[in-house]
Amino acid sequence: MDWITIFSTTIKSAVGVETVLYGIAAIGLNVHFGYTGLLNFGQAAFMGVAGYGLAVTVVVLGMPFWAGIIFGLIAAVILAFLLGIPTLQLRADYLAIVTIAAAEIVRLVFRSVQFKDVFGGSDGHRGFTEGFYALNPYPTGNYGFNLGPIPLFFNHRTMWVITVGWVLIALACLIVHLLMKSPWGRVLKAIREDEDAVRSLGKSVFSYKMQALVLGGVIGSLGGFIYGLGYASVQPDVFGTETTFYMYTMVILGGAARVLGPVIGSMLFWVLLVLIYGVLSEAVRVGYITFMDTNQVGALRWILVGAGLILLLVYRPQGIFGDKREIAIDAR
Amino acid sequence: MHAETMSTDRKAAALAAFKDLARDPGVPKPDPILVVDHVVRRFGGLTAVDVGHVEIQRGSITALIGPNGAGKTTFFNQLTGFDTADAGSWTFNGRSMNGVPAHKVARSGMVRTFQLTKALSRLTVLENMRLGAQKQKGENFWRALVPRVWRAQEDEITERAEELLARFKLDAKRDDFAGSLSGGQRKLLEMARALMVNPELVMLDEPMAGVNPALTQSLLGHVKDLREQGMTVLFVEHDMDMVRDISDWVIVMAQGAVIAEGPPSTIMSDQRVIDAYLGAHHDAPLSEGELEAQLQEAEAALEAEIEEETQK
Ligand SMILES: Nc1ncnc2c1ncn2[C@@H]1O[C@H](COP(=O)(O)OP(=O)(O)OP(=O)(O)O)[C@@H](O)[C@H]1O
Ligand SMILES: [Mg+2]
Repeated sequence: MDWITIFSTTIKSAVGVETVLYGIAAIGLNVHFGYTGLLNFGQAAFMGVAGYGLAVTVVVLGMPFWAGIIFGLIAAVILAFLLGIPTLQLRADYLAIVTIAAAEIVRLVFRSVQFKDVFGGSDGHRGFTEGFYALNPYPTGNYGFNLGPIPLFFNHRTMWVITVGWVLIALACLIVHLLMKSPWGRVLKAIREDEDAVRSLGKSVFSYKMQALVLGGVIGSLGGFIYGLGYASVQPDVFGTETTFYMYTMVILGGAARVLGPVIGSMLFWVLLVLIYGVLSEAVRVGYITFMDTNQVGALRWILVGAGLILLLVYRPQGIFGDKREIAIDAR
Repeated sequence: MHAETMSTDRKAAALAAFKDLARDPGVPKPDPILVVDHVVRRFGGLTAVDVGHVEIQRGSITALIGPNGAGKTTFFNQLTGFDTADAGSWTFNGRSMNGVPAHKVARSGMVRTFQLTKALSRLTVLENMRLGAQKQKGENFWRALVPRVWRAQEDEITERAEELLARFKLDAKRDDFAGSLSGGQRKLLEMARALMVNPELVMLDEPMAGVNPALTQSLLGHVKDLREQGMTVLFVEHDMDMVRDISDWVIVMAQGAVIAEGPPSTIMSDQRVIDAYLGAHHDAPLSEGELEAQLQEAEAALEAEIEEETQK
């Protein structure tokens, strides 16, 4: 067994590109679900419109990188309004249905043959990251250190992406922290508990839900940018529904309605996933495990993640950071 | 004893306003804060509310009573913007309020509580209270990001919240989650929270339901207190002893309509009210002969039954 490689990839995954992009998008989802009680099952679509906003602006329109970021953000805000205006006045479950459908519509439009000229069909787009890497302050090379025998190194491109990513995570956490300690955040949490009570106290519930949807959507869109930049491509199927479900797992894992919950959740999620995959595929390769091949390991790790999530919900439903007392309270 | 004199003043003023009023539904009041005309709400074929005309006297405690399903809660929902009336208009302080959304109704000074209490469970008692305050700078997204802007106002709000909590004997619970309170304490919290809005008219839907008798006394005291502070109270209640104790005037609803009004001391002897609560023919007294006949009928039935049993 090549334990050195297993530990190296596992430890690197704690801060790697996936952790960053899912973590930041999950922070946005936490604003929706954890704080405001909005069942948004279309968070992947916010990532998608941002990633594609950037890619299409640069590749198809031939405009600079910053214009792409701005168009991506505008696209996320427009998506929030499109989702919110018809549904936020209705019961909570309608938002769930509409968001899951809207996210699929967005994905199917991106991969449609009709719009292949604009969105690039199922192959998506590449070649829109030059503007970003032109700003890279890290000279070419590998960066990191050896932890005993374990090498922990990222190349200069990955370093630049995850540096920007962690700065964005820090900013997003700071903003969420400030907001949720404020009277504004109090209104959101109150809406999660009982909308009618909030109305009876003179607050416009619709307006606050819309603000929460836009804020969480814009934070989520940052995850889409990081994806596009980190992998130097966007493809429609990356922004599918399961991406949103991973983010729900992270939010619950870390503890809903906790500022750092989604970040810790994302780190744990990827560390476990990479560790399980590393150990199992090595065990298959070396011949300790004979009843399956390396391809099946990929599927098995998701089964184990699912089982782990069930155990988590049974034994620690409040997540890592959650408050046991809160869960004990019947919400109604 | 300043408070004492003021208290009797307010009560006397309220009672004087009602002194010579007729007992008819919709009777005009000298200084109404709320005037309702022809409000109708139907659910399919059922007309839940059909109120012709009703006025609520400013500075008084008015009770709204009626049998279960009379439409009291539905009527509240129409007036406070929580439901959309099929027809009708109403004015609060002379301002037309039909079609105004619930949060704007509350902002204009007309605040209601709910029959089924709505404590914000996973917020602390103190946060529940703070939420009630109006015109909070920190409730604006951008200003929320700069604590310096709203900190001072938040401190004022907290102070006011703590005063109210002390008055409602909830100060020991200030940092507990509202979801951990008992049913009666939740009723108290909801009422205290409504007062944080600084309302002119407080509409309480069964504030005493499910509250233990010891707490009821203090709740009654709080309601009377509201009038002393110049507020108007409209409340729904089933317990007639309480209605008699605190209200200055009583409005009776049955099957969606206002059927009678009057002072609490005499309202229950009004024939229309008795009919509404007990059905129209409940009180036709039985004559001696009828009684005798009923008794014999019962005896015969009993004997027949015993015979049947023994034959088996
Ligand atoms: N959303 C609704 N849909 C259908 N019918 C309704 C609805 N809300 C109320 N009703 C009906 O309207 C009538 C009046 O109900 P409401 O709750 O206003 O009575 P109430 O006077 O408050 O009674 P209680 O004293 O038991 O609280 C009832 O017959 C009820 O079944
Ligand atoms: Mg009712």
